[in-house]
Amino acid sequence: MLTTLLGINIFAPNYINLSIKIMKTIFLSISLFFLSLSLLFAQENNQANGVLGLKKIPSVELKTLDGKTINTADISNNGKPIIISFWATWCKPCVNELTTIADVYPDWQKETGVKLIAVSIDDMKTSGNVKTTVNGKNWDYEVLLDVNSEFKRAMNVNLVPHTFVINGNGEIVWQHTSFSQGSELTLIDIVRKVAKGEKVN
Amino acid sequence: MKHRYFLLFVVLCLFFSINLNAQVVDKFLQNSHISGDFEFDGMYYNKDSLIGAPDVPQKALMNSFVNVNYTNGPFAAGFRFENYLYGLEGYDPRYKGVGVPYKYITFEKDKFTVTVGNSYDQFGSGLIYRSWQDFSLGYDNSLNGLNVKFRPWKGITLKGIWGLQRFYFALSPGVIRGGDAEFSINDIFTKLNNKNLRVTVGGSFVSKYQDASDPVYTLPKNVGSYAGRASISYKNFSINGEYAHKINDPSAINNRIYKPGEATLIQATYAKKGMGFYLAAIRTDNMSYKTDRDASGSDLNINYIPAITKQTTYSLPAMYPYATQPNGEFGVQAQTIFSFKRKSALGGKYGTFFSITYSQYNNIDKQKINDVTPIDSTGTLGYKSDFFKIGKEVNYQNFNIEFSKKFTHTFKMILSYFYINYNTKVIEGHDQPNIYSHTGVADLTFNINEKNSIRTELQYMYTTQGDGSWAYAMVEYTIAPKWFFSLSDQYNYGNPVTAKQIHYFGVATTYAIGSTRISLNYGRQRAGIFCVGGVCRFVPAANGLTLTLTSSF
Repeated sequence: MLTTLLGINIFAPNYINLSIKIMKTIFLSISLFFLSLSLLFAQENNQANGVLGLKKIPSVELKTLDGKTINTADISNNGKPIIISFWATWCKPCVNELTTIADVYPDWQKETGVKLIAVSIDDMKTSGNVKTTVNGKNWDYEVLLDVNSEFKRAMNVNLVPHTFVINGNGEIVWQHTSFSQGSELTLIDIVRKVAKGEKVN
Repeated sequence: MKHRYFLLFVVLCLFFSINLNAQVVDKFLQNSHISGDFEFDGMYYNKDSLIGAPDVPQKALMNSFVNVNYTNGPFAAGFRFENYLYGLEGYDPRYKGVGVPYKYITFEKDKFTVTVGNSYDQFGSGLIYRSWQDFSLGYDNSLNGLNVKFRPWKGITLKGIWGLQRFYFALSPGVIRGGDAEFSINDIFTKLNNKNLRVTVGGSFVSKYQDASDPVYTLPKNVGSYAGRASISYKNFSINGEYAHKINDPSAINNRIYKPGEATLIQATYAKKGMGFYLAAIRTDNMSYKTDRDASGSDLNINYIPAITKQTTYSLPAMYPYATQPNGEFGVQAQTIFSFKRKSALGGKYGTFFSITYSQYNNIDKQKINDVTPIDSTGTLGYKSDFFKIGKEVNYQNFNIEFSKKFTHTFKMILSYFYINYNTKVIEGHDQPNIYSHTGVADLTFNINEKNSIRTELQYMYTTQGDGSWAYAMVEYTIAPKWFFSLSDQYNYGNPVTAKQIHYFGVATTYAIGSTRISLNYGRQRAGIFCVGGVCRFVPAANGLTLTLTSSF
């Protein structure tokens, strides 16, 4: 089977060519094996979690409701936790989540210093309605407009609502999709842990 | 032969250089991040000719994809595998098989961001260029080629694109090239940085090339378009507008007329704490723009003309949505959202919210170009249309009022009313009468305790046209934050044909943990937007068992 895989016809008359081909393949395999070994050892020496470690907020340019352009990689809250919540004006559970949190947001801010950034994935059909919705519903959040889903893709979001908690170092430590009454209690628990500098599961 | 020796040489070089630079490897791995997301949608189909569900010989179908992204400082690369085995009903049959239709490498250096491979982008409002993707809609017109962004000074963004569009698992016959420039005046001139008046201006141009060899007509191979935009905001008030123009572009969509096209979009908002007003108007005149002049439907669109009608996810009013008419339409939307503050007389303990939206679309006024040529004749200039005249035919009307109030700690209610006038002839192309419908929706949530709640939706649509009246009831029981259970029934009790007075019954369970969601649904689905288990998405008509799995890592 190996010879068929390598495209070698074992019934070929020229056996010398065949053995050269097999030797080259073995040589190649051994080199690749050593290469992977060296990479593995290099990683073991590495204290911090490299390839699958905590991800930082990617860099995407979005507009605020005032028309200013900001870079998402610059999002910070002076070392305090950040909540990033993806929503849309047409997504009822999203509006439900943000309205439910709005009721307790001042308490959350006082207790943990958390900042909630509501990223709207409304495209041109409904992005014009975002400002009216945010103001009409009295939300105090920082709102960003992701009209072509660039930040949504960079954050690997498939469905909304999708909410992230970011720690003081700008790293994504927790995420959750869907919303139901009571989910906000789980969210604030995570934020409290992050505010104290504790590790999140 | 030479190829293999070279590969061996490269591998040995890597092997030696890596061993000599362990620190470099450490740093390299420390900055490396892999992330991605995954989705699987599978369905087992039952036969159901009563609801018009198509026969599925494979019995079970699935769509799935995985996105993988690798980033390391200024460098990023990624791809998306897509599998359609075979594609779910309701998706284009050209979504079939497996492949990697999306892959890119991006690097940032010296104020440039260069993406080689597939990219998505939008110029201004997207009236001449928007490449975007929505897996549940089955839409993906990513550009395969080059996307370069350059930010020479603070407040100036220049973009350039050049490539072919994705066309299912192939590429478009036509090539696109274009550029966009945006200037944020307040950021360019730092003296104006903190002024109350903010101004941003921008302009773009796009050109497509498609070969042509028509025996009768001289078809333009290069079709260019340009757009200019401005947005001004002052304290609570903001206004923005964009105008786009396209040169002659005879295509299957416009019946091969040589008239140039144009689109104009204006939006104005006045908003302050507790209230907002929004007005928008759009005029589209022959602005279908595709990389294949013979393409139909939503295939190979270069631009995006938004429908500025009220979007809803309640299943009954969502039955009759407006479809953009790129050949010609004039639309307006007016919306106001306001709230009565908490603890005020009308606000009650938690506040009360109102939202009123009205939107209407008419056709544009078309006049003959001369006495002998009928309107829209192939090979001619087609028609004349006065910019300020609105056509007499009403394509769509939607009036909506929404009232939402949390009465007590345990009870919350959203009441909505929708009036919809749907012009079947224009929107669907069938010579059927308009649909005039009145719909009432009651969306009630009861919190049994901290983690358990029941939500119920009761909808009632009254109409004497089309399929007649409908009633809908849904009960959803949730155990926060992980479990969702629901039962629903959509009943076409008013159908003029007794045999078609069908129940669309459904039962669903969802489990959500972290960024993973597993959903199992059984029942009948009418095509539309469904919101169950805390999330909304689009589904086509079917009867059977659906399994959805989505995750991010």
